[in-house]
Parts: sequence; C-alpha cells; structure tokens
Amino acid sequence: MSILRAEAVSRCFGAFPALRGIDLEVGLGQRLGIVGESGAGKTTLIKLLAGLDQPDSGQVWFDQKIVSGRPERDLGFLRSSLQIVFQDPRSSLNPRMRVGSIITEPLRSKRVRRELNDIDQRQRLGEVLKMVDLPADSADRYPHEFSGGQRQRIAIARALAPKPQVLIADEPVSSLDVSVRAQVINLLADLVEREGLTLLFVSHDLMVVRHLCDSVIVMRAGEIVERGQSAEVFEHPQTDYTKALWAAVPRIRV
Amino acid sequence: MRKAQLNIGLVLVGLVILAGVLSLLWTPYDPIRVTSNRLLPPGWPHLLGTDGMGIDIASRLLIGARYCLIVGVISVGVAAVVGVPLGMLAGMRGGWLDELTMRVADIVYAFPALLLAMLLAAAFGASTGTAMAAIGIATIPAFARIARAGTLQVVASDFVLAAKAAGTSRWGIAARHVFPNIAPLVGVQASVGFAMAILAEAALSYLGLGTPRPTPTWGAMLRDAQDVWYTQPVQALWPGLSIALAVLGFNLLGDGMRDVLDPRLREVK
Ligand SMILES: Nc1ncnc2c1ncn2[C@@H]1O[C@H](COP(=O)(O)OP(=O)(O)OP(=O)(O)O)[C@@H](O)[C@H]1O
Ligand SMILES: [Mg+2]
Repeated sequence: MSILRAEAVSRCFGAFPALRGIDLEVGLGQRLGIVGESGAGKTTLIKLLAGLDQPDSGQVWFDQKIVSGRPERDLGFLRSSLQIVFQDPRSSLNPRMRVGSIITEPLRSKRVRRELNDIDQRQRLGEVLKMVDLPADSADRYPHEFSGGQRQRIAIARALAPKPQVLIADEPVSSLDVSVRAQVINLLADLVEREGLTLLFVSHDLMVVRHLCDSVIVMRAGEIVERGQSAEVFEHPQTDYTKALWAAVPRIRV
Repeated sequence: MRKAQLNIGLVLVGLVILAGVLSLLWTPYDPIRVTSNRLLPPGWPHLLGTDGMGIDIASRLLIGARYCLIVGVISVGVAAVVGVPLGMLAGMRGGWLDELTMRVADIVYAFPALLLAMLLAAAFGASTGTAMAAIGIATIPAFARIARAGTLQVVASDFVLAAKAAGTSRWGIAARHVFPNIAPLVGVQASVGFAMAILAEAALSYLGLGTPRPTPTWGAMLRDAQDVWYTQPVQALWPGLSIALAVLGFNLLGDGMRDVLDPRLREVK
C-alpha cells in the first residue's frame, strides 16, 4: 500500500520547467533514495510531496488523502505524519529560538495536535533529545551554541517530535564537516530502523544511498530517468546518465 | 571601536533621559516666569546664564530634554506600531497587497513632512501633538520598508519552511519567527528615527509649527536666541549643543545596537 503518491506532477519557475510530469509511489516502510545532478529538481519534488509548495499540474496524495491544492489549515494530517530534515541546520533552525521550543514546535501547532493523541511536550522533548544523543540541558540553549553536527541532530529531533511515519531528508549531511557526516548518517539509519520510518533520502553520495535505501530514483532535468531496487540500479544501471553518476563516485579498488 | 560607539551613545542618551526625568521633579529656577535678570552670562547662580526674558537657561534646557523625549517616543512609537505590521504583512503576503503598501509608502515618503506639519497646524493649531503626528506619519514608510525587507529575508529561510512543515500558522510564523528576527532592524531604525524626530521637532518649534510658547523646547530656545544672535551668540550654543549631542547619541546607539542585537554576529568560532 502506498503512503505517498505523485501523479503527473509538474512545476515551473517562470518559463523554466523544474519538474516535468513526475509519477511516484512510495510504500509504507520503503526507503527511497533520490539522486541526480544539481538542479535536477530533487528539492522541488520533495517540497511538493511535503505540501510546502504547489504543483502547476498533477496531484500529490498522502495516505489516500489529497495534499495538493488543499488549504494549509486542512493539512494537519500531513504535518503530523510527514517531517523534513533540511540541508543546512544553520538556516533551518531559528537563531532566536531556544532549542526546546524549536524541537517542540510541531507539537504546539493546533492543527498537528488535533491529529496526535495527547503527546506531553516536555516528556517528548526529553525523549527525542535522548534519541539524537544530545544532553538534556540542550533545551535551554540557542542553536549558535552548538556545532554543525549537533545542530543537525536538533533538526532531526524536531522532525521526530510528532512521531511521524515519513521522514524526508534533503542532503542532510552535505553542509556538515566531513568528520561528522558518518555519525549523523548512522544516527539517521538507526532511527529509521528503530522507529520503522518511511524514508525519502536525497543525496549526492551514491554510496550512502546504496547503504541506506532499498530503492532509488534517478532524476535529471525534472524527470525520473531510472528507478528500481538500489542494488539493481547500482549494479546494472540502464541509462548512460546513471552509469556516469555511478562512475563519478570514487571507489576503493578491490 | 563598535563597543565605544555604543557606550558613547548610551551615555549621551542616558544624559537626555536623566535630564528629562529630573525636569519632572526639579529645575533650578522657574522655567517659564519672566524676570528682569535678562541675558546674564554663564556664572552663579545661573550656571548657563539667563535668556532674553530673564529665565534660567539651564532650567529651560532640562524641560526641553523632556519634550524631546516625549516627541521622540510618541512619534517613533506611532510610526513603528503602524509601519512594522504593515511591512510584515506586505512581506509575508506579497502580490498586490505588497505592491499597494509599498506604493502608498512611496507617496507618504515623498510628501514633504514640513507641509504635513503646516497642514496639521493650520487645521488643529500648532501644538506638540500636531508636531508628533506630522513626524510620526512621515516616519511610517521608513519602518514599513525596513520591516518588509527584513521579512522577505526571513520568509525565504529554511526555518520558516520548517515551521510550515511543523503546521505553524501564519500568525505563529509572524510572531515567533519573523518578528524576533527583524526586531534588531526595527530597534536600529527606532534609534535613528528618534534622532531624526528630535531634529524635526526642533525645526518645527523653531518655525513656530510645534510646541507653542511659553513651553521651552530646544527648537523654541534656538528661535529666541536668534533675536540676540549678534550680541549674545552663546545663547544659541546651549540649545544647539543639546540638539546636536542628543541626535549624535541616538545615532551612535542605533549603530552600536546593530551589532549587539544580532546573535549570529556573536558566533565567532
Ligand atoms: N524558487 C525558485 N525559483 C526559481 N527557480 C527555482 C526555484 N527553486 C528551484 N528553482 C530551479 O529549479 C531547478 C531545480 O531546483 P532544485 O532545487 O529542485 O534542484 P536540486 O535537484 O535539489 O539541486 P541540488 O542538488 O543543487 O540541491 C533549478 O534549476 C533551480 O534553479
Ligand atoms: Mg536540492
């Protein structure tokens, strides 16, 4: 059964078509990698799937309910069950909010609370801080007091707070120091496993996608040019484009 | 260097506030009653001398500080309370509402504040109130513009997108995300606006379009000093110096605040 579905979704910015007729189905529990060169439309696609932007044509569905074209006040069901981790925690965390309010923000929205069975905010805050390995006293501090990796953990904690079914991560480590990337990726992998999350994972790092995702779509110029099980796509790429992407990955010779 | 600016600004502004508050409780002499001790030079017991009506200048300066604060607070307050929400609304909604707000702001901005003051004075009689209204209305566009510019920047950031994904309402985004992040800009604008309001009020009083006699505002004192300019130029020095230092103080304060209020600039790692 699919939890997330896009039907013939297109999005233009001015005359420029960023997405051209995308069809996509994501099943419950699936871990989908989204790869493709810069400007392929990956971020544009996930914004549409997350109801943060509207398609010019086509429809987006979540759990058999239509998302596209729906007014924000009716999107509580989506906000409570689909969360995003953005690329750069320096811009995805409000510098003037304490970490505690940042993380509990999804729990304070009336629209979201209507969908949740009484989550105690303080208790949940403690839980998610522990899940991402941040000290309990982080809640009273401001984002700028944390390192890049810690800030991305804060963003992950916020995404987990409403106990979502679907987690979308848009290049979650590309803005981080190389030395902490693996830690954050491993944390994400653990959490997805433990919470049984459906994952959409955008990345330029094909090795990580292969490690983390069971399936993958390859995007180019606003279209999906290849899709399938990740092992299959990476072992036997069908298009020259995917072959080229894969060939560009530095590998240790065995 | 920045720190020094802020400190000098704080001291000057502090002095104006101190003088204004003090004038509520005490002045060395009656600041209004005419006496026969005209045009005494600085000395004792009239520290800064007396003016052409035999009134103690130090006492008048203290009262002037009070009026400059009142005019500044109310005119800047009105401008900010009207201008900031308008600018935020324009920035968050965009589209025709944004266009309309900004065109109106352009028109108000282009309308000479002096003409507005004259119109208000003609309609209601010149008073502190008409001066404050004229200055306040003329300053609304500055606040609306700065608030809109700041809002556009904040609204484009990922944390606002994250707030939407968290189901936060427009109001919540305006109150918790946009306003706190544009507050430093607004604070700086308020300080600079305060300086401009002091100057404008002095000019209006000087022209007789502000606070009427016998209330001693600094602008009015400057006007009185003009009568004896060739024989007693020092009479113009005191109100002139007061205006200059107060304006400088609020400008320095605004500049200094720009840095201190922004936590992102404190992050030096
Ligand atoms: N708000 C916007 N206005 C105009 N053009 C946009 C906008 N957002 C995206 N685009 C354009 O749409 C195209 C796809 O952008 P998108 O951000 O989805 O790419 P991406 O695959 O996420 O790339 P990257 O790997 O660099 O993040 C790009 O050419 C981009 O310039
Ligand atoms: Mg992107």
